[in-house]
Amino acid sequence: MQNILELKNITKRFPGVVANDKISLDIRAGEIHALVGENGSGKSTLMNILYGLYNADEGEIFLRGEKTKITEPRQAIDHGIGMVFQHFMLVEPLTVFENVILGSEPQKRGFIDFRGAEKEVARLSREYGLRVETGARVEDISVGQQQRLEILKALYRKADILILDEPTAVLTPQETEELFGVMRNLKEQGTTIIFITHKIREVLEISDRVSVLRRGKLVGTKNTSETDRPELAEMMVGREVLLRVEKEKAQPGEKVFSVSDLEVRDQRGTKRVKGVSLEIREGEILGIAGVEGNGQQEMVEAITGLLRADKGKITLEGKELQNLNAMQIKKKRIGYIPEDRHKRGLILDFNVADNMILGFHTEPPFVQRFFIRDERAIKENAGRLVEEYDVRPPNIQQQVSTFSGGNQQKIVAAREFSRKPKFLICSQPTRGLDIGAIEFIHKQVIDQRDKGAAILLVSAELDEILSLSDRIAVMYEGRIVGEMPVEEADEKKLGSLMLGGEARKDRGGDTVETGTE
Amino acid sequence: MWDYLVYFVNATVLAAALRMATPLILTSMGGIFAERSGVINIGLEGMMLVGAFTGMLTSYFTGQPWLGLIGALLAGALMGLVHAVASVTYKVNQVVSGTAINIFAGGVTVFLLRWIFDVAGTSPAVSRLPVVTIPLINRIPLIGPIFGTHNIMVYMALIIVVLVHIFLFRTVWGLRLRSVGEHPKAADTVGINVFLTRYLAVIVSGAMAGLGGAYLSIAHLSRFGDQMTAGRGFIALAAMIFGKWTPFGALGASLLFGFANAVQMRLQELGIPSQFVQMVPYILTMVALAGFIGRATPPKAIGKPYEKE
Ligand SMILES: Nc1ncnc2c1ncn2[C@@H]1O[C@H](COP(=O)(O)OP(=O)(O)OP(=O)(O)O)[C@@H](O)[C@H]1O
Ligand SMILES: [Mg+2]
Repeated sequence: MQNILELKNITKRFPGVVANDKISLDIRAGEIHALVGENGSGKSTLMNILYGLYNADEGEIFLRGEKTKITEPRQAIDHGIGMVFQHFMLVEPLTVFENVILGSEPQKRGFIDFRGAEKEVARLSREYGLRVETGARVEDISVGQQQRLEILKALYRKADILILDEPTAVLTPQETEELFGVMRNLKEQGTTIIFITHKIREVLEISDRVSVLRRGKLVGTKNTSETDRPELAEMMVGREVLLRVEKEKAQPGEKVFSVSDLEVRDQRGTKRVKGVSLEIREGEILGIAGVEGNGQQEMVEAITGLLRADKGKITLEGKELQNLNAMQIKKKRIGYIPEDRHKRGLILDFNVADNMILGFHTEPPFVQRFFIRDERAIKENAGRLVEEYDVRPPNIQQQVSTFSGGNQQKIVAAREFSRKPKFLICSQPTRGLDIGAIEFIHKQVIDQRDKGAAILLVSAELDEILSLSDRIAVMYEGRIVGEMPVEEADEKKLGSLMLGGEARKDRGGDTVETGTE
Repeated sequence: MWDYLVYFVNATVLAAALRMATPLILTSMGGIFAERSGVINIGLEGMMLVGAFTGMLTSYFTGQPWLGLIGALLAGALMGLVHAVASVTYKVNQVVSGTAINIFAGGVTVFLLRWIFDVAGTSPAVSRLPVVTIPLINRIPLIGPIFGTHNIMVYMALIIVVLVHIFLFRTVWGLRLRSVGEHPKAADTVGINVFLTRYLAVIVSGAMAGLGGAYLSIAHLSRFGDQMTAGRGFIALAAMIFGKWTPFGALGASLLFGFANAVQMRLQELGIPSQFVQMVPYILTMVALAGFIGRATPPKAIGKPYEKE
């Protein structure tokens, strides 16, 4: 096969880091090329350069054999390069099809040809099996649909080189399978795909070749068929990685936290949690398994005071929490790793040091008398956490928005763990993290458990639920539909419950196997 | 009761309301352009004032009010350009830049008025744009007395509202403008030039405010007076917000404020102290802003300069 794209000695420096260090990469026409590497290793940067959003400091790009300058996204689009960004680039109040055509609108003397546009989008959507509601506003559609919309955008612009930057991080396992179907379909039609992911399983399943970056450098490129899990893991992290969590059996103590008969509505007023009761003991991890959107997020937000509970009781060490606000709850030493770190966990325009004290910023040692900030304590705190959690780059004055996704997550985790919480809520704690960082966060969670924290873990990753939890509850349509000790759980059993267990049969239409009965 | 209602709501008052609303309508369209592209334009007031002055000046020297209108448009556009350079290229805080424009406009018009005409307060009279009567409409009962006879700029303003609506929601450039105001980076990734879009939007914004000002000096009246905009630029901004950044919404809000103004004049006739009465439009504005509109969501990227990389 021929190289459709060659990157030669691409170098990109940001203040304090070399994000890409003389990277040379060949992409063959029609292949699916996986690009992997730790958080902050420079994957997104390299792709942004290819797309013209960033300009490289050094290096050259050869497209179809010709040296090409790409300094603006417009040029990339004209050269048939399309990109789906790690953080979607969608205009939320606009409709799906307006987003698709934006910038390349079919027009008649300046007037948008709405009819033609809608037809064309519908055709593409059908042809590639990318189901979207063309008329809906983007803010109203699911994440999976937003992703399909992003792919449609690229196809609409006739991209034959498609960059997918961590598309599966936000997808459910079913949606990931669907995406892979679309990718195979595209490949058959001759599209070249560059696919970024942290999940080695996905690399092995879908890619033809795989390239690994580490700290801005290319470690190597392999044929997928000639490599395996441990080798890739080692290439990524530079050492052997435990792909399993090691933990002792839990020693649960007193009951710390409980929820009884909780009912919660979301912001639109739809009831999402319909009578949930839970109990967690000291030194125990309760995992909540479930397909996203079955009320997990609303439950967690009610516990943390971000949503109001309609009904029910939430207690921590016997004291009721359900009517307190988020600040009061935070003061009760509840740690919270939210699933959407951009909306909830961080203030992106603040620097690391200030983000490391959020929620504790009114307490000593960070404020002194007369509400004056103690800069020394703030710096000392951030410096210590950045080192302990290996945040890269370790620059506490840097604005959080310029950190890679994984490192942003480490900042949230570091802050929440640092205050020795009695009760800890981890919602998708390792979404978007590299395997090294996942291993690290998992160790920290277990460590918190062993120090006596009661932990509520919400995750869409069954692997994560199975390897961390001591007990597992499955949530489906706002209810707990099953609960069991981890020893009795397996993927099949959980998977069945997650889709509604037996209830599912009478509805029909699901393709997943029936449960254990 | 009925008598009172008729006293305040009748053809004369409503026609006056429309006249009072016209500068607000034009200027609020300017506000929509800038803010939909993500740039706050507090400077509308100053841009109006400069438009009013330039309109008068051009009309005075050429004797042509139509040239005055063009002069006002260009002067407003120039002020818009200044705001764009400051806030888009140099990323000055947009409220600061707009406020600076207001202060500058207040000073420079007073100064030029003295310097050119050697008068304080008001300019000499100039020729103004014609009042026209729309043939058929003026014979319709009820409608006729309200809409039938007005300065030509009143009708222009109404047509401009329709054009702005079509521009924003039917054309390619309108779609791009809106996307730039909501999520400039997303717009950038599909090849839209964020800086150019914002520049053009803010320049058009200034031009519209210039027209709004010209209405005061060469259509409604035929002279310029110091500070003659008297806060209308800010009221237009309120009308834009009240109208949720849509042309027809802003039109409705402008009409409401115009009506409040017309009622105020009636109240003065009744002998209610004028200082008190003059507050009415402003109180109405505040009540409207605080109570009625509910949550108005502005364009998301508003006030934030776009940084590449
Ligand atoms: N705009 C920016 N300003 C400053 N530094 C930046 C900027 N963008 C990226 N960086 C830095 O460049 C490095 C590479 O970041 P990049 O986002 O490419 O990583 P990544 O491999 O995509 O990581 P992840 O898997 O977490 O998404 C990081 O150290 C990051 O902090
Ligand atoms: Mg990335």
